[in-house]
Amino acid sequence: MSKSNGTATTQGALPHVEEDGRIVFPPQVEDVALKGAWDPQDILARLQGKSAATIDLGALKSVDGATLALLLHIENSLLSRQISVHRENIPDGLAPILAQFPPGRYREEDAEDAHPVSILEQLGRATSGMLTDLKDQVAFIGELTWYLVAAMKNPRKLRWRDALRTAETAGVDALPIVVLIGFLIGLIMAFQAAIPMRQFGTEIFVANLVALSMLRELGPLMTAIVLAGRSGSAFAAELGTMKVNEEIAALNTMGLEPVRFLVVPRVIAAVFMVPFLTVFAMLAGLLGGLVVFLSMGLPTVVYINQVTDQIVLMDPVGGLIKAMVFGLLVAGVGCLRGLQTRTGASAVGESTTRSVVSAIVLIAVTDGIFAVLFYCLGI
Amino acid sequence: MTEREPIIKVRNFTAAYGGNVVIDDISFDVHRGEIFVILGGSGCGKSTLLKHMIGLYPAAAGSIEIEGDDIVTAQGDHRRRILRRFGVMYQLGALFGSMTLRENIRVPLEEYTDLPGEAMDLVAQMKLDLVGLKDFAHHMPSEISGGMQKRAAIARAMALDPGILFLDEPSAGLDPITSAELDQLIIRLSRSLNITFVIVTHELPSIYTIADRVIMLDKRVKKIVAEGHPAELRDNSDNPWVRQFFLREAPEAEAKAP
Repeated sequence: MSKSNGTATTQGALPHVEEDGRIVFPPQVEDVALKGAWDPQDILARLQGKSAATIDLGALKSVDGATLALLLHIENSLLSRQISVHRENIPDGLAPILAQFPPGRYREEDAEDAHPVSILEQLGRATSGMLTDLKDQVAFIGELTWYLVAAMKNPRKLRWRDALRTAETAGVDALPIVVLIGFLIGLIMAFQAAIPMRQFGTEIFVANLVALSMLRELGPLMTAIVLAGRSGSAFAAELGTMKVNEEIAALNTMGLEPVRFLVVPRVIAAVFMVPFLTVFAMLAGLLGGLVVFLSMGLPTVVYINQVTDQIVLMDPVGGLIKAMVFGLLVAGVGCLRGLQTRTGASAVGESTTRSVVSAIVLIAVTDGIFAVLFYCLGI
Repeated sequence: MTEREPIIKVRNFTAAYGGNVVIDDISFDVHRGEIFVILGGSGCGKSTLLKHMIGLYPAAAGSIEIEGDDIVTAQGDHRRRILRRFGVMYQLGALFGSMTLRENIRVPLEEYTDLPGEAMDLVAQMKLDLVGLKDFAHHMPSEISGGMQKRAAIARAMALDPGILFLDEPSAGLDPITSAELDQLIIRLSRSLNITFVIVTHELPSIYTIADRVIMLDKRVKKIVAEGHPAELRDNSDNPWVRQFFLREAPEAEAKAP
């Protein structure tokens, strides 16, 4: 099918109905005309009340996908109105290809495709998918717990080299971004709080606010979110690619459990590295607060006194405990999504996205649980 | 093939995905030391059968005994003992991309043996030498060609000196010369180490060169439709589809222009 590139006319480029009721195809169907021809109402109107139609293909010089589709579409439209169809004058050179697509082809398939999936069925499928995912998560948590305990009992069996490599990529390499974000969070929070607090002469308490927020909440939270975006996704992509490349299958047939071999070193590395990163995030946040404090003309020693007066030991300790749990969740869910990767080019990307979304949801929910727990325990 | 002792016994085996039966109630033996090839058209379940034989998928019915132990029902340590008896080369090699070839071969050694590191390195070097990759021990999988990756995968599969090697499409994606080299390697390993090979492949030249015996699966009946030496099947099979397969002929209806 040739493009008319604006010079060719569309006259004679469409099938039309002759006086005697024959549908005649032109030598070549122009694709600019095809859009108009796709709705064959004119042809159907001309053949109203007839029981048979003849399609004259004698003029056809060549057929391409669109011409064949148009022919089948016209024929199927006629057949669905109980008008039988007969092709005539089929050029010799086009006979083989036209024979492969006889009138009425794909009518049944179209009818099957037309069955809509009911809302109930969609709901059922979605529920079944969620339950399967939940079952996978429970099984994964059980298996991971089992192998973590086994690794603690027999540390020699742990793949330390993998754990150290992960500690470097997920921990040391993440330090600049964690420090930068911690610093900016402290700075922004202090700045936003200082303006209204100054009106009441309470800007000195900016230090208390920054210290409490960074040590109890934002330090671990921001570190965990950075870990989810940076390392959880990397775990999912790495394990997902291994799954697609059959490396996970290879491990299975060597009798090596992927959870023990791949997940445990990553989880251990994350659990140990996140508290360190969190400490840096906390300190950077306090530093950010100090910058605002100094810009208000208040001395450093006051800032330090305010912070040390406000903070009790359990504030940073609680924050670090939370950070360890966040590390466990982020690394665990990242690896789980990687191991759940299906086949296909988009599968690894999907797993990566799912790992980040799941991790952030888990972090938020767990943070809420910790808030209630700490309140009940009076921490 | 020197002996007729069955090393793998598949009995009344059925494979299904969900409710869709792919292979229906088949039985066959693989004999010790032979090169056994699983053949069939696309989608007939060759790779599915192989993946069931290596215990990756649970069978819908039947048993697959490897040296007398059923891998279908085995659990825990029993299953690990069965898995040690064979090695697998996957279609894409499935080498661990973050490790050198030597480290790849060390993985099963580290998990299953108490050899000192130096001894493991030596074993890994020897296995690489066996497949002609002596000088590539420190290369990453991404630094070598597809054919070399497959040879390295065979070396890794042989790390624990298994009696059986399963190869999934070893010649797929390789040029004819590399493919022929791989065939010669398989024959050499089979003859010199008396390793039993179970191979899934489509490549007819390879099949004629290496196979001691083949089975053919047909997706229309979901069963084995032929068993024997490829040349015999090509010349003497009663089944026209089997002859067409070996002669690379399209079925009549499709071969002729309509």
